[in-house]
Amino acid sequence: MTASSLTSVLIWLPVAAAIAIWILPLSRYATGSLAVLVSLAEVGIWIEQAARFDFGGSGLQFSEKVPWIKDLHVSYHVGEYAFSLWLVGLTVVAMAACVGYGFWVGRDRPRAYFGLMLMLTGATVGVFVAQDLLLFYAFFEAMLIPLYVLIGVWGGAARLGATIKLLIYTMAGSLIMLAAIVVYGLKVGTFDLVTGPVSTSRWLFLAFMLAFAIKAPLFPFHGWLPDAYREAPPEVTAVLSGVIAKAGTYGMLRIALSTFPDPASYYRTVVLALGAAALVYGSLLAFRAPDFRGVVAYSSMAQSGLITIGLFSGTDLGFDGAVLQMVAHGLVSVSLFLVAGAVERRTTTGEFARLGGMAKGRPALATLLVTIGVISLAVPGSASFAGEFLILAGAYQRAWWWAAIGASGIVLAAMYMLRLISAVLHEARGPAVQEEALDLRPGELALVVPLVAALLVLSVWPAGISHHSFAGDEPSTAVVEHFR
Amino acid sequence: MIATPHVDWFSISTVLVLLGACGIALLSAVLVPQPWRRPFAATVAGLGSLGGLITSVWLYVDSASGHRVIGDAFYRDRWTALAQAILCATTLATVLVGAEQIREHEAEFFALLLASAAGMTFFVGAANLMTMFLSLEWFSIALYILCAIEYNQEGSLEAGLKYLVVGSFGSAALLFGSALVYGATNRIGFAEIASAAHPHDLLLVLGLAMIVAGLAFKSSAAPFHMWTPDVYEGAPTTVTAFMSSATKVAAFALMVRVLRTAFPQETHLWSWAFAGIAVASLVIGNFAALVQRDVKRLLAYSSISHAGFILIGVASGTALGGRAVLFYLVPYSAMAFGSFAIVAARERELGTAVTLDNLAGFGWERPFLGVALWFFMFGFAGLPLGGGFVGKFYVFAAAYDHGWTWLVIVGVLATLVSLYYYLGVVRAIYMRPSAELAVAGGSPPRDALLHVAVGAALVVSVGSLFAVSPLITLAKHAASAIPF
Repeated sequence: MTASSLTSVLIWLPVAAAIAIWILPLSRYATGSLAVLVSLAEVGIWIEQAARFDFGGSGLQFSEKVPWIKDLHVSYHVGEYAFSLWLVGLTVVAMAACVGYGFWVGRDRPRAYFGLMLMLTGATVGVFVAQDLLLFYAFFEAMLIPLYVLIGVWGGAARLGATIKLLIYTMAGSLIMLAAIVVYGLKVGTFDLVTGPVSTSRWLFLAFMLAFAIKAPLFPFHGWLPDAYREAPPEVTAVLSGVIAKAGTYGMLRIALSTFPDPASYYRTVVLALGAAALVYGSLLAFRAPDFRGVVAYSSMAQSGLITIGLFSGTDLGFDGAVLQMVAHGLVSVSLFLVAGAVERRTTTGEFARLGGMAKGRPALATLLVTIGVISLAVPGSASFAGEFLILAGAYQRAWWWAAIGASGIVLAAMYMLRLISAVLHEARGPAVQEEALDLRPGELALVVPLVAALLVLSVWPAGISHHSFAGDEPSTAVVEHFR
Repeated sequence: MIATPHVDWFSISTVLVLLGACGIALLSAVLVPQPWRRPFAATVAGLGSLGGLITSVWLYVDSASGHRVIGDAFYRDRWTALAQAILCATTLATVLVGAEQIREHEAEFFALLLASAAGMTFFVGAANLMTMFLSLEWFSIALYILCAIEYNQEGSLEAGLKYLVVGSFGSAALLFGSALVYGATNRIGFAEIASAAHPHDLLLVLGLAMIVAGLAFKSSAAPFHMWTPDVYEGAPTTVTAFMSSATKVAAFALMVRVLRTAFPQETHLWSWAFAGIAVASLVIGNFAALVQRDVKRLLAYSSISHAGFILIGVASGTALGGRAVLFYLVPYSAMAFGSFAIVAARERELGTAVTLDNLAGFGWERPFLGVALWFFMFGFAGLPLGGGFVGKFYVFAAAYDHGWTWLVIVGVLATLVSLYYYLGVVRAIYMRPSAELAVAGGSPPRDALLHVAVGAALVVSVGSLFAVSPLITLAKHAASAIPF
């Protein structure tokens, strides 16, 4: 096996494991163990890739190209740039934590559940490494297939409506993207993202952006978000907001900005305005949300808006900050949703009106939630601070008022995060909180603490990502020169 | 004295093998004692369709240069051979399902099935108006009886009668159209019609229009689809499975041939006509399917909408369109057959018509069939869980290649609408509690052969996602026999 096939292994190992789990009549324990092992193996493979990665070199690494649909010049072309390496890392780490969470809480119908989680892992990794438009689309859609069943079967009471909304919204965007892919690919004669020429078509740009804006989501395309985030099982919500939403912003970076530079700069103000709207409006909604998951869900929307501002500021700082923030917020959001799941398991609710006073006698929960919350509200020195600061500095180079709006978002983040922390941990003990409700168990700590540790490492050394995301650390050049 | 033409027996070997098996199966109705009749007839039918599959593959290999045989009445080329291979595979799968599902008139069932398959394999190679009409009636009459074969079951006789009346209307339109074309050109061979036709000959155009209508009846494209839901619902589900896959393959394969060979000078006319029919089928099929509760009716409307997708490829009238049609038919017929076979299994288990309500919990009770149905539904919807995705991509590419971006957009929107009802089926089988269900009693039948058939359909539908290039190469060689 050569090094370049590691990328394919990352995609297909979990898929193969999913099929094995479906076929083999394993016990609940064996199924869960196998799934956790495979997700850990994914993390291991990724670490191997990161260790071998040449951050100084430009161009695609660990790449593989095999013809798929020859006569239309579609190929199975996968590979990684430095920033996709980070997103793949986010994916495998988050998925490992979430698969572990599913194992820990003992989900019903384990074979179906773990198979779908592994399938989701493969598809999500595929999105971040696909270098062919149709392949990208295939993985982009393939993520929805397990998600639909995961939310629909293991979700909350109103899950059916939530799944339909999620699917129809995202498919509406992505089918229009499919039309755009057909048009672009046939016009230029290749579907390859690396060798494909840039296009000046504004329509195509808008079609792609629609799909990404729904996935991210940006204002006003966030209609699916509250239901899906509330009704999904906590670990699926964690994946959805921490990883899958990043596919939207990743798509903006990899496809919308690099293949359509002219239309991107033509519509820059519009997209920046949408991002700013998502940031401010999402933060306000998060401040108003009556429950744990609602706050985190809307804060993800706000963060997507901020990342979009960073990307579309079109500056070096903005790009660096956006990539760092994608990873940092992904980790924050996954760990917050897992903690939300832990709280809900103890109290059967996430409503602030019925929560409160959980810090007393539960030091581990309190410490973790405060730590994550503090990182999330971008206290100076945290990974999120580094990301948001870079984004704001990049936005400032574009125009000072974008930075001003972005800064207001950070103030709002402090408001909703502190509100969340105090509503859950402090104040009087809520009616749903039993005196004997346990602190976080070792199993839960084993899932969340590594995520927080990764965040702390990033807080200490944010340059690990922000200086190692683009070839030669010159993001604008890399993006404009089309990641060759 | 009429000169006897030279007969190339090998060129019609597929037809002859099927017909021979048909004769033996029919004789077994009187010669083989009742307890042995079903296994005997099923074995003969299975061997016959397997034999047909082998000869058609052999013909494919051996007919690189297509030409007409037997008094220029039949095409021996790869287009015929490939369509025959798909038809024989579908017939084989039908035999497997029928062997368990058909409880009476077994010998007659298999004889009629083989007779109709033989008619279809002849139909796809028809080279003049006479053989076209003759073989159309040949397979249609067999199908009329097949629909009504369980005449003491509610709906079966009605379905047969309805199909007979409406189908005869379609055949009459085709025959009348053929007469007009003959009147205009004084020729019956497809190739001769093309060279003898005058441009803008009203009689010819009228004849073409009626031939189009007749073929649209058979392929159940709107607005000639009225019979489809009723017949699909009433006919024994095994027969429905066969009709929804094989009849479509035969009708579309011949459609592309006759239009390109006999009416190339009227391309702009029938292109627009078929684009209109495609849009009508997409709109009517998808919107009517939204409100169906009966799964067979839902799948019937879905087959109408897929006729629309395939017609997009036909309408483009290019070699790419021809390839797209042939490729689309492979996963489509596998998925259509497989999903009706699963409905047949559920029907037998419940002893009543399958609706979205009594499908509840099916996925958990019969895991394999559930997963297969899940794959088929997402495949129908064009999600990348099977070749249906690539099929859609191909017909869209053909439409764009023809300069019809609007048709791509219509197709994309239709896909979006279709998502709702396909997801509805998945929702029913996995996400509804099966408690309120009244099962007919006892453990469900084992249906071993049905599982094999569904498994094969699953392999074909998923395999065609990965093996696009080999399949397209086959289709390309086949399409080279048609003058594009």
